[in-house]
Amino acid sequence: MFSALRCVVARDLLVVMRNKSDAANTLFFFAVVVSLFPLGIGPETALLRAIAPGVVWVAALLASMLALARMFAADFTDGTLEQMVLAPQPLGVLVAGKVFAHWLVSGFPLVLMAPLLGLQFGLEGDAVLMLVVSLLLGTPVLSLLGAVAAALTLGLRASGVLVPLIVLPLCVPVLIFGAGAVDAVASGLAAGPHLSLLAAYLLPSVVFGPWVASIAIRIALE
Amino acid sequence: MSSSINWFKYSSPPAFYPLAGLMAPWFLALAAVLTAAGFYIGFFVAPTDAQQGEAYRIIYIHVAAAWMSMFLYVMMAFWAGFGLAFNTRLSSMMASAIAPTGALMTFIALWTGSFWGKPTWGTWWVWDARLTSELILLFLYLGFISLQAAIDDPRRADKAGAVLALVGVVNVPIIYFSVQWWNTLHQGASVSLTKSPSMAATMLTGMLIFALALWMYSIAAVLMRVRSIILERERHSEWARKFTEAAP
Repeated sequence: MFSALRCVVARDLLVVMRNKSDAANTLFFFAVVVSLFPLGIGPETALLRAIAPGVVWVAALLASMLALARMFAADFTDGTLEQMVLAPQPLGVLVAGKVFAHWLVSGFPLVLMAPLLGLQFGLEGDAVLMLVVSLLLGTPVLSLLGAVAAALTLGLRASGVLVPLIVLPLCVPVLIFGAGAVDAVASGLAAGPHLSLLAAYLLPSVVFGPWVASIAIRIALE
Repeated sequence: MSSSINWFKYSSPPAFYPLAGLMAPWFLALAAVLTAAGFYIGFFVAPTDAQQGEAYRIIYIHVAAAWMSMFLYVMMAFWAGFGLAFNTRLSSMMASAIAPTGALMTFIALWTGSFWGKPTWGTWWVWDARLTSELILLFLYLGFISLQAAIDDPRRADKAGAVLALVGVVNVPIIYFSVQWWNTLHQGASVSLTKSPSMAATMLTGMLIFALALWMYSIAAVLMRVRSIILERERHSEWARKFTEAAP
């Protein structure tokens, strides 16, 4: 079972390595969206510092939406997904592998990129650190919830618009606690409760997300 | 003995279609009577509020719509989950029929709330916890409706919608509390809905009557809509052709 998991992760990572621009686009989008805010709002440092956690988090949310449509689409069209359903290993485990690979490619780079953007907005050192920690806890939730939506919209014409429409309302708690943790540190408060709640949202997502997504895949393939 | 009753008789569309047609006008009539009574109490019987003046009278429909919006989401998820678990066609059709009415109630709650907020708070919109979570509820409804609309195969639309509705209904309390905590942390809103003065008995009566009126209306609307959905999906079957051909 774990060898199958490893196999799926390695394969998906290999596919991305062969076509690097897909992963780079997400990161590029993230940086562009964040950089647009100072242009729209004005260069006042105090204001930018105040809105930085929210801006970076919202941009991360949007950027991860962008990559979701790709999670199962290629495997769906070439029939790989059907073979995964037929495989003796539980589909939930294989889906978990795909979600993990997807997060490594589209979520984790955002986490690595975030400190740079935080510094651009004038965040202090510990706030930047908290931004990284909160994104590290929050972005997997986006990938897991997104996997459910991506599986539900498999093969539909409008899936590009539908996925964000379905996922974004469900991501509200992640946004609130993620940006809230950074806000708390920036204003000298404890961020512990926010991080605990973020982790509390992550754990059930890890347990149930791949399972629900595998149900959705079976529905799509019927 | 007890087996003589067929509990599942009306779970089949051909049996339910005439029953729904029979019940819908009655619920509609009840809704009309109760709405009239609610308007009468709201406009003529209930006293003018000491603090809010006449503008408060919109809350009769506002509160009732807000209650219905949340209740209908749970009902929708219930029928959707029932349909997914037991593969009963009618349950899934009920879920699809409830969604637009639920979205309408959410919209009415937001719209009337905004109309109430302007004279009372001096602003159309406040990022208050309840307003925000009601707005997100509207987005959840719209997500459900657009997902079902995007899928051509009705069986897949039913099941995919059911998964989404169930994921949503688990998330609704989480979203509600997170928004509430977000609101208290930011302390942005200068007004509070929670510290409202205690209500006069007539006001409460009016509110409850309106809640019943919207409840009856929702049942009538859902029954009528589910009849259309049944006819649309079963149009090729023998029994449905009888109804579709009878119509001009």
